[in-house]
Amino acid sequence: MWDKIKEFSSEFFVTGDPLILGAQVSIGLTLVAVVLVLTYFKKWRWLWSEWLTSVDHKRIGIMYIICSILMLFRGGVDALLMRTQLAAPELEFLTAEHYNQIFTTHGVIMILFMAMPLMFGLFNIVVPLQIGARDVAFPFLNSLSFWMFFFGAMLFNLSFVIGGSPDAGWLAYPPLSELSGSPGVGQDFYIWGIQISGMGSLATGINFIVTILKMRAPGMKLMKMPMFTWSVLSSSLTIILAFPILTVTLFLLFLDRYAGAHFFTLDGGGNPMMYINLIWMWGHPEVYIVVLPAFGIFSEIVSTFSKKRLFGYSSMVYALMSISIVSFFTWAHHFFTMGSGANVNAFFAVSTMIIAIPTGVKVFNWLFTMFRGKLSFPTPMMWTIAFIPCFVIGGMTGVMLSVAPADFQYHNSYFLIAHFHQTLIGGVVFGFFAGLYYWWPKMFGFKLHEGLGKWAFWFWNIGFYVCFMPQYALGFMGMTRRFNEYNFDMGWQPLNVVSTVGAFLMGIAFLFQVWQIAHSIRFYKKEPTGDTWNGRSLEWSIPSPAPMYNFARTPIVTSRDDWWEKKERRRKGEPELPHVAKAEQAPLEPIHMPRNSGVPFVMSFFWFIAGFGFVWDWTWMVIPGLIGVIVCMLVRSFTYNTDYYVPVDEIERTEAAARGAH
Amino acid sequence: MANHNQAHDGHGESHGSLKSYIIGFVLSIVLTIIPLVVVMNEMFDKKTNTVIILIAAVLQFAVQLLFFMHLREEKKPRYNLTSLILGLIILLVIVGGSIWIMTYNAVAV
Repeated sequence: MWDKIKEFSSEFFVTGDPLILGAQVSIGLTLVAVVLVLTYFKKWRWLWSEWLTSVDHKRIGIMYIICSILMLFRGGVDALLMRTQLAAPELEFLTAEHYNQIFTTHGVIMILFMAMPLMFGLFNIVVPLQIGARDVAFPFLNSLSFWMFFFGAMLFNLSFVIGGSPDAGWLAYPPLSELSGSPGVGQDFYIWGIQISGMGSLATGINFIVTILKMRAPGMKLMKMPMFTWSVLSSSLTIILAFPILTVTLFLLFLDRYAGAHFFTLDGGGNPMMYINLIWMWGHPEVYIVVLPAFGIFSEIVSTFSKKRLFGYSSMVYALMSISIVSFFTWAHHFFTMGSGANVNAFFAVSTMIIAIPTGVKVFNWLFTMFRGKLSFPTPMMWTIAFIPCFVIGGMTGVMLSVAPADFQYHNSYFLIAHFHQTLIGGVVFGFFAGLYYWWPKMFGFKLHEGLGKWAFWFWNIGFYVCFMPQYALGFMGMTRRFNEYNFDMGWQPLNVVSTVGAFLMGIAFLFQVWQIAHSIRFYKKEPTGDTWNGRSLEWSIPSPAPMYNFARTPIVTSRDDWWEKKERRRKGEPELPHVAKAEQAPLEPIHMPRNSGVPFVMSFFWFIAGFGFVWDWTWMVIPGLIGVIVCMLVRSFTYNTDYYVPVDEIERTEAAARGAH
Repeated sequence: MANHNQAHDGHGESHGSLKSYIIGFVLSIVLTIIPLVVVMNEMFDKKTNTVIILIAAVLQFAVQLLFFMHLREEKKPRYNLTSLILGLIILLVIVGGSIWIMTYNAVAV
């Protein structure tokens, strides 16, 4: 009996690596500490009723952001481990197997469990406020999306201590990711972690398209929407067209592994290249999905801190929307070397170059917005300024890569690594940081400490260039990606050392950000107004943090940058338009709001159980998990009491408390 | 959730007449029978059969959308039509693109 348990647990838990053992112990201790703290302060009920069951878009947004920062930490530690291993030739810091696992999890976590949730967090917090809505179109679905993401991410992360991490690269190319190449459970954790969170992402895409199309405040025509809302619309559109492809592709891979199918195997009529073709049909739009909202954020910030309207509003809209369509026509540039023939390569090379044009348009729009503006440089604006040159370089190296014949040189070299990190860090990460600093006061009612933020900014930026510029050169020197060690005589060591130093500078920058957040909470200073930055769109017209129902009266929109125009009218003493004035004086009415629900949490938990069962091929666990999911759907279908009205006197009390604070 | 009911009422579409349902039903049956007859009786060679089946499938798709999914009766703005067209374009890109790319990548047997 004892031997059986021992045998099982040596297979079940990852053993024999001191680094992972340390992590296992610290995860265990953290869990115990969290449970003890929650019990000691009697916070369980609070956690459940205020957060876990909340359908409030602002709280869901905050939960997304907390998760993504934790994931940034884990993905960042992975990156530092890799850079440490590569700092010197023939270093024996990580074994080859462990190195494979780390670059796989680094990629998956950074894209799917860091960038995506950070983006969804900002969607959630900002979009309803910007368009003058009380919540998203489907608040219950929104909560379900979050918990599907959460449990998907947990399932993926669990592989690190239980069963072993996936190690077939972040896109898990077959035949390596097939049973023949990866017999362990790591690859199954990958499939189910992504599948479960992918369902959530798809639902979020649908949710925000409907929210933006159907729930704008009266008077806000499409062409009067703030640019961030436009970028969310284009990104969500891309999500709903791209994510089904990912789901189907991974499902086919699952069938190969689980049911012995032959979609992507080398034998039995399968074709692994088909997987590569399919996965990039999702993978390429995916990078635009994460970068488009960053473009929206920069547009908001640039015009706020230049105190000018955004230059070329409609060209910006067309640029965003055309990128979200053209992004579906470029996927084959990820495998020019596959041998699809000159015609295919030429087509995809040209379409890739074409997509650089709308991006260039945007860069000029931002520059012209700043031209002759009254500029100020708080942290959100600094990130924006840093983004422009960084992204331009990233874009130009991208155009270099898009030249199909030349790509045969660059393909899978460190040149490529440097390129996509430059666009993803310089574009997406800088953008989301800018957005986080910009909307932080709106989320929590206090600003983040500027001084520490500037330290973090400079460490990030200097660290970035020190880390990735040498990698372009290393790529030309012949260093290919996914090597876990190299020889002395390759001559790669000096540049690799520089690159590692840069990576650690970014690590220090992250510590500064943690310190910045801790410091700002410790020396909490409430924002006197809801309009921290003298903003332009509707979210700045309400108190910070926003009341649960957002707007006491539904705002009436008359122009672009409506809040800014209203402030200008007030400053000049001009009267409001009659219908706006009438709506603003109208008596308060009870507000229709959705009720909290525990179903999303429970249902996603059952998905987690079913996924865990699939991973280990435990049918006794899969069946109850799936039954639980169905029961949750039924419970929701027969729940009729899903909404309520906030009475007028409660609105009055809340408003008085919020306005009275300043 | 708050706008759930409103959104639904907002459509306000008529849900088709008996006549249009019957026409749609007959058309879809006919479009099912044609390929069946052609294949069962081996009337043409394999290539022609495939083409006939594909044409019938596309027409069937149109019939379903027009007669049962109420695509004609949608009020402006025509979100359903727009998203359908977009979806079709992407679908064509996926299928056509894959066929094009993979023709050159057939695994040698």
